[in-house]
Amino acid sequence: MSVHDTAEPNRRDFLYIATGAAGAVGAAAAIWPFIDQMNPDAATLALAEIDVDVSQVAEGQSITAKWRGKPIFIRHRTAQEVEEAKSVNLDDLKDPVARNANLPADAPATDANRATGGGAQPSGGEGAAAADGMSPAREQWLIMVGVCTHLGCIPLGTSGDYDGWFCPCHGSHYDTAGRIRQGPAPENMAIPPYAFTTDTNIRIG
Amino acid sequence: MQWLDARLPLPRLVYDSFVAYPVPRNLNYAYTFGGILALFLVLQILTGVVLAMHYAANSAIAFDSVEKIMRDVNWGWMLRYMHANGASFFFVAVYIHIFRGLYYGSYKAPREILWILGVIIFLLMMATAFMGYVLPWGQMSFWGATVITGFFTAFPLIGDPIQQLLLGGFAVDNATLNRFFSLHYLLPFMIAGVVILHVWALHVTGQTNPTGVEVKSSKDTVPFSPHATVKDGFAMVVFLIIFAYMLFYMPNYLGHPDNYVEANPLKTPSHIVPEWYFLPFYAMLRAITFNIGPIDSKLGGVLVMFGSILVLFFLPWLDTSRVRSTAFRPVYKIFFWIMVVDCIFLGWLGSRPAEGIYPTLALIGTIYYFGHFLIVLPVLGLVETPRRLPGSITEAVLARNAGGGTPAGAAAAPETKG
Repeated sequence: MSVHDTAEPNRRDFLYIATGAAGAVGAAAAIWPFIDQMNPDAATLALAEIDVDVSQVAEGQSITAKWRGKPIFIRHRTAQEVEEAKSVNLDDLKDPVARNANLPADAPATDANRATGGGAQPSGGEGAAAADGMSPAREQWLIMVGVCTHLGCIPLGTSGDYDGWFCPCHGSHYDTAGRIRQGPAPENMAIPPYAFTTDTNIRIG
Repeated sequence: MQWLDARLPLPRLVYDSFVAYPVPRNLNYAYTFGGILALFLVLQILTGVVLAMHYAANSAIAFDSVEKIMRDVNWGWMLRYMHANGASFFFVAVYIHIFRGLYYGSYKAPREILWILGVIIFLLMMATAFMGYVLPWGQMSFWGATVITGFFTAFPLIGDPIQQLLLGGFAVDNATLNRFFSLHYLLPFMIAGVVILHVWALHVTGQTNPTGVEVKSSKDTVPFSPHATVKDGFAMVVFLIIFAYMLFYMPNYLGHPDNYVEANPLKTPSHIVPEWYFLPFYAMLRAITFNIGPIDSKLGGVLVMFGSILVLFFLPWLDTSRVRSTAFRPVYKIFFWIMVVDCIFLGWLGSRPAEGIYPTLALIGTIYYFGHFLIVLPVLGLVETPRRLPGSITEAVLARNAGGGTPAGAAAAPETKG
């Protein structure tokens, strides 16, 4: 405080505050590039779409593709597994939402909603994602991000108490539709955005 | 020297701080760990700088470059084992240092800032150790990084963007390894900076001592040199002998075999455990297996884990007792040792798989941990009757070494703790 202190704020006070405010905004703007550089770079984002040929995957087999650095489980489920997943009462699910990027965020976690991709549906179920709108030819394919929704470990296939996946890190059990049934994980495993471009080719991303 | 001193009083600063500086005459060996920690910070920086000359922070060759250090680089095996085991011994020393501070009430007025600076150093150490463990790019490195950065996804809305910001991608990858190396190199120097503030704050208020009674006259103190220098030096030698034993005879005892398998983003090891010094916190993370109102179990675990360190910042204001040293607090002494056992117990639980009885036991341990700070400390300070404090440090010392003309009243308050 100087000898020029007055009770009333004057023009000089205003100039000090305005200068300080401009300096703070400028500093924040200058810091932003230093923070933003840590975000995923262009090359990482460019890998956001892959094509997978599934013609060689027989019933009961799985393959793992890598998308955005994460494993994508592509499983050709057996009829028994599909039946098992369909027979589950939705009230028994820990997470009742489908977590399917191809469907609205509030879609229920029915087996059909878990096994639905985006894009054109096969003949007979054109554009319909409703529970019975699936062609029997596609519902056996379960395509999901193979990352446990707890802390990011990779679950093991065809194991656990629900014949689906089991995460060895902290003991989460998933069923044959990749839905969390028991353990610390909060959500069903995520379904990535994908579509069948032909009968045997899947585009993920 | 006088010429320099008149222009830059560095010689005077060193003389005043580390030669003539008065220290309480009754400091025991628990007080030597500050010096040991300074030594280990220097050791870690030295070994780290030379290891960085041979290490390559690229996910394609990082694992091989570490093996090259172990097999090809002259003395590389020793330097790497020194660095890896040095981190463990750094934490051994810091945990003893922290519990010494808890026992002798080193956090109480007027040393709150000193204590808070110490907690900041501890946090920086944890961040540094975590990122350093990622660099060898083994299976534990990779999955440890995945799980720990996964903590941030527990926060609603901002969680996923924060995780992507930290990782520089959608999963742990080359970008993550690069930035962790950069920060792992930077943080020790930030630690060194905060250590300077820590020592500065220490030299403003002076050390505590086993009686908890403030220094009252020059009779209560001895000069830093030679008394503290020699005592610290002896403790360092003993500590380094134990360090050398680990280093040369069991260098991988504290490590995990899984980390000698190169990182594989498509395969998780069956049992992920952090390094031993994080185990108590890991146990607390996993202790919360149920939802608490709107907070789901995952977020709850993360909040509890961060809270376990956050609570230390408020310690100076949570303890209502005006008696510093636990030696004069008969009831608190019992709780203090329960706390020590609780932390070791939590550490053991952290190394167990998260199934069966273990999460329940971890929950009990976690409840005691927070109960100690949030209930025992505030309440006990109000209801406990402490033992009579000695009049001064000198009085306590003379009373214990009974030869030296014991004042009549002093015998009632001997300081029995070694």
